[in-house]
Amino acid sequence: MSNIGIASAASSATAGAAPPANGGPGPANGAPGPANGAPAPAIPGADGPGSAPAPDVLTLGEFHSFQAEDSTFLYLVPSAAIFRLDAPSRAVLEALETANRTPAELLGMLGSRFPAEEVANRVEELMGVRAIGLLGKPAPAPPDLLPPKGFPLTTMVLNVTSKCNLACTYCYEYGDDRIVEADSKPRYMDLETARESVDFMFEQGGTNRLVHLTFFGGETLLNFKLLKSTVAYARQRAKEVGKEVDFSLTTNATLLKPEIVDWLAEYRVGVTVSIDGPREVQDGLRVFSNGMGSYDIILPKIKDLLARHRTRPIGARVTLTSKNLDVKEIFTHLTEEIGFWEVGFAPVTSSSCRDFSISDAGYDQMLGQFEELARDFLEHACADRHHGFSNVKDTLEEIHKGVSKAYPCGAGLGLMGVATDGDVALCHRFAGSDEHKIGSVSEGVDTEVQYDYLKKHHINSKTDCHTCWARPICAGGCYHEAHTRYGTTGTPNLHFCEWVRSWTDTCLRVYGAISERNPAFLARFDA
Amino acid sequence: MALKPINRKADRMVTYLANQGDVPPAEQMAGPVDPAAANAGADENAEDVVALGGRLPEIPEIPHIPLGCSLVFAPGWEVDEAGGTAGLCQPVERDLFDCHLACFWPAHVPDQLNHSPDWTGKCAAAQNDWRKLEMIFP
Repeated sequence: MSNIGIASAASSATAGAAPPANGGPGPANGAPGPANGAPAPAIPGADGPGSAPAPDVLTLGEFHSFQAEDSTFLYLVPSAAIFRLDAPSRAVLEALETANRTPAELLGMLGSRFPAEEVANRVEELMGVRAIGLLGKPAPAPPDLLPPKGFPLTTMVLNVTSKCNLACTYCYEYGDDRIVEADSKPRYMDLETARESVDFMFEQGGTNRLVHLTFFGGETLLNFKLLKSTVAYARQRAKEVGKEVDFSLTTNATLLKPEIVDWLAEYRVGVTVSIDGPREVQDGLRVFSNGMGSYDIILPKIKDLLARHRTRPIGARVTLTSKNLDVKEIFTHLTEEIGFWEVGFAPVTSSSCRDFSISDAGYDQMLGQFEELARDFLEHACADRHHGFSNVKDTLEEIHKGVSKAYPCGAGLGLMGVATDGDVALCHRFAGSDEHKIGSVSEGVDTEVQYDYLKKHHINSKTDCHTCWARPICAGGCYHEAHTRYGTTGTPNLHFCEWVRSWTDTCLRVYGAISERNPAFLARFDA
Repeated sequence: MALKPINRKADRMVTYLANQGDVPPAEQMAGPVDPAAANAGADENAEDVVALGGRLPEIPEIPHIPLGCSLVFAPGWEVDEAGGTAGLCQPVERDLFDCHLACFWPAHVPDQLNHSPDWTGKCAAAQNDWRKLEMIFP
């Protein structure tokens, strides 16, 4: 939330997507009190026949304000545009925060501090960007659009095996919250299915010149033979159809060996290593089936990978649980001591009853540490230095572009997951689940099922989100997380709301500070 | 523009506004701001400005009757008459105390009449002190 005079506002009068308000303006933005001596604003259209037309009344639109480097900024909702305020525009918003007012009342209030023309101009500009609006006359609602049919696939995630040589306690594929029973599908994808998947990927890619093929598991390197032949086949097919293909995989690093590293480097395969941190953290939950920790096995292999695979930056992906919330320590260990280029953190997906699930206090702790890392990132950014905290980088990019999402992610649209038997699901986390199947690589995507999903998961269908200022970036959050918590993919992740708003606010403040101190840095997000 | 656009979306919005020339002239501050002018042209390129923000389905304006919890428990208090949650009891101060003081139905807030007379004892102003409200298990 804002720590300045202007609060986040979600006015019933201007919030296009807001649900029907409970009986008009409440006390928060109600009629002006006797303090300023102004008469109560007349609501247009409320007066009886024959009376003079009521003056228009200005009211706050929907936005979140934040402060950085002594400047005040507005994050507008739902447009996701960011503007920096000057003193008069800030004064206009502060005046409207205490009450809805007519333009004449505003001039009366602010006339002694600013020239009348300046006030008028700021009102005009704030109306133009919909930071303020007219009471009872909502801004036109955003268009109700589903993505066009035949939306091109950008990323296909291929589950090459559902087997894993580790037995991480929290695993969503094997743990107590799993969706798919491991023995319900083949344990390994066969070559024919992999090839069909590649053909499917290029076909679904439509007009996209570049498609991404990501290998996932299980432990991907358990099916290394398939990886090799699939990459070769995809490269050959890409040439034939005149497209480009890019490869990446996630691994637990236990099976890395020199010839695999050479192959990864040669074919520029992006590698993400699942690792939770220093030895005592990693060995707590990322264990072999006999309970033995994996840290000592993977450390030399990762060092070899980092030393010899130089064609793509290598990232680490950390699952945060109640047992490992020292984000800063983990980050420092993985970047400075081991040498990863980037580290991304994600809280574990689990039912709230699990021993390792993160409590509310745990989320607060995690957020505090994320904020510290975000401050480090800011200092690095201002000095044009790299900082590998990918969570903040990803959010800054979205803020920079001003994305206003209809969906939290591209699942079922630009991204699909393929199970070991060739069934296509919303994403890799649902691969193999019959309930979340939207087609198969041999028969294609069932567009009816796909569009049912898209309709159900559109931000318009998530009533809870309609008054949240963070919805342009969050859009309800991960479907898999929701499925695990609430048993349905369509529910917004309400247990994350406070956390998401706090984190988004932090990233906005970092963004605002960079825009003041080193605006040239932001150009790297233009690509 | 006195408002400084910071991110790309803001740049596009400024370009859009400049091309529309639709904002009311400053002189109009002497009188009411013209709402039609303020929103003119908004539909045409609205997609560009708000991206895939989406719009609620057109539903006829119906009066929202209960301010507290639903008066009719069909199909159940978990959903409102439109099948959503927007029409349910909202956690604002007025509702909180309305329900708490007078409601016989203990599902929403603890029932002060019978079981939890001091539930709000530490909560002088709900908007400030709501964290002090404790979970009650009847």
